[in-house]
Amino acid sequence: MKSPMRVGTRETHDRATPRAQTRRRAIGDVLFERSVWLAACAVLALLIAVAAFLVWRSIPAIRQDSANFLTTRTWLPDDTPPVFGVAAIAFGTALSATVALVLAVPVAIGSAIFVTQYVPPRVGVWLGYCLDLLAAVPSVVYGLWGMLWLVPAMTPIQHGLATTLGFLPFFADPQGLTRQASRSIFVVGIVLAAMIIPIIAAVTREVIRQVDPGLREAAWALGATRWEMVRIAILPASKLGIAGAVLLGLGRALGETIAVALVLGTSFAVDFHLLVFGKNTIAANIATQFAEAGSLGRSALIASGLVLFAMTMLTTLLARAIIYRSGSRERSAFA
Amino acid sequence: MSRRIELHDLSCYYGNRKVVDRITMTIEPKSVTAIIGPSGCGKSTLLRAINRLHETLPGARVEGRVLLDGDNIYDRSIDVVDVRRIVGMVFQRPNPFPTMSIHDNVAAGLKLAGVRRRDLDDIVEKALIAVHLWNEVKDRLRRPASALSGGQQQRLCIARAIAVQPEVLLMDEPCSALDPISTLAIEDLIAELKNDFTVVIVTHNMQQAARVSDMTAFVTVDGPGHPGRLVEYADTKTLFSVPADKRTEDYITGRVG
Repeated sequence: MKSPMRVGTRETHDRATPRAQTRRRAIGDVLFERSVWLAACAVLALLIAVAAFLVWRSIPAIRQDSANFLTTRTWLPDDTPPVFGVAAIAFGTALSATVALVLAVPVAIGSAIFVTQYVPPRVGVWLGYCLDLLAAVPSVVYGLWGMLWLVPAMTPIQHGLATTLGFLPFFADPQGLTRQASRSIFVVGIVLAAMIIPIIAAVTREVIRQVDPGLREAAWALGATRWEMVRIAILPASKLGIAGAVLLGLGRALGETIAVALVLGTSFAVDFHLLVFGKNTIAANIATQFAEAGSLGRSALIASGLVLFAMTMLTTLLARAIIYRSGSRERSAFA
Repeated sequence: MSRRIELHDLSCYYGNRKVVDRITMTIEPKSVTAIIGPSGCGKSTLLRAINRLHETLPGARVEGRVLLDGDNIYDRSIDVVDVRRIVGMVFQRPNPFPTMSIHDNVAAGLKLAGVRRRDLDDIVEKALIAVHLWNEVKDRLRRPASALSGGQQQRLCIARAIAVQPEVLLMDEPCSALDPISTLAIEDLIAELKNDFTVVIVTHNMQQAARVSDMTAFVTVDGPGHPGRLVEYADTKTLFSVPADKRTEDYITGRVG
């Protein structure tokens, strides 16, 4: 309707159009800026809200704890007097996540290299889809698989490991427990590794695909074999992205609840005997105890949740710092 | 330390699409040969067939033979890694390894070839002197290569390529991403390199071909989608002054391409 009026004379047409466009663009710009700003604030607000909730709800428990909350291993919050602490479950959380990472990272990175460098692109994409499907499997399914299949299957293997490699501290079995039961941190580590491999592999794959093809060709042209090409061209260029992928996996391994609760036999031991039945993690402890816990017990569990929150935040920040430092050494070259 | 290259009926394909059609030519040792032609004529592909880099792309393959002093590099008994150690390459865009230091970039190929660690410094220095980069970087060999300017990076890439002492050096439009001063530096360098290597350079720039090369090959296509064919291959002076083929004349006088 407006256009015939605007083109009334050539002069008004020429003057009006660019201005109208400028204004439209400016409004779009402002709207976009506001909305991304809002999104960023929402994320931050959510984070603060979660942290505030955890702190607020855990204060009563920590106040009434008759023992030191950080160093005590037992978890008896509904006793009189209440005695509980996160030492054992925080240790178990860190240990299970470490085992999972040690098992998962080589497999995930290896599969990403294989899929992107060793098979034809079309096959690689197809294989990638299959691996992505694994990431979509719910954790309870991994837990059931671990509990019903892996635990019995691993019993003789763990016993064999303990008897042959028992001189290694990680594989020691001082009380001879591996003969019957294998609901150990090692099995949990395998289940967690299976859960985080698809995530680490998927992100690593995309990171590797982003590497400048010119670097690959540089390596080829120097007479590199395929593995040498990966080592001198692909991995250095993608190491920051791979570190990010590993962090994602670590976050999931630290926080995994149901799979650990289904597989791990519960105890509050603090030792490095990976093959031995028992230990516990913060997330699994919350899942198994919350329903039966009294009000102080629940508050205590929330306090342990706060510790888990702090652990994940700290590892993320630490890893970011490491990434930033190695990155800034490269960036400082431009200064 | 340089070899004669003979192409016999060399055709290159991407999948079913033929991009280079039955090229036969002989490149003499210790000479600079320029390959010129319009965009998309397959001249880069032709070059990449000489160090078997073409086949690293999905679906890419080659027919025909490429002989280095009589040995067919596409023979089943030949290891592709050996081919690429004998035939070095410099690319259009400078591509130093960004996370490696200047020293490590030049040493990269040497380490792959298993050169002893204590010999590295010496060879790296010689290679950097040869590309006239030594004086500019000798005090910061441990700094990242990404800190260098484009022209310096390209000279670094040439140093990296010649450090392994290849016998043939392929250059795929080595100056097209560089400013005029860096371009001149590289061109001067090419003139020196031919004392030791057989140099084959693909270039868009006909003045450059005329300045640096002894022989020039003109490759063109009959139209979009057609494979590149060798139209004329002659002494550079002859090709640019009295081209034998009408298509060459049209191209070098700027009527096409």
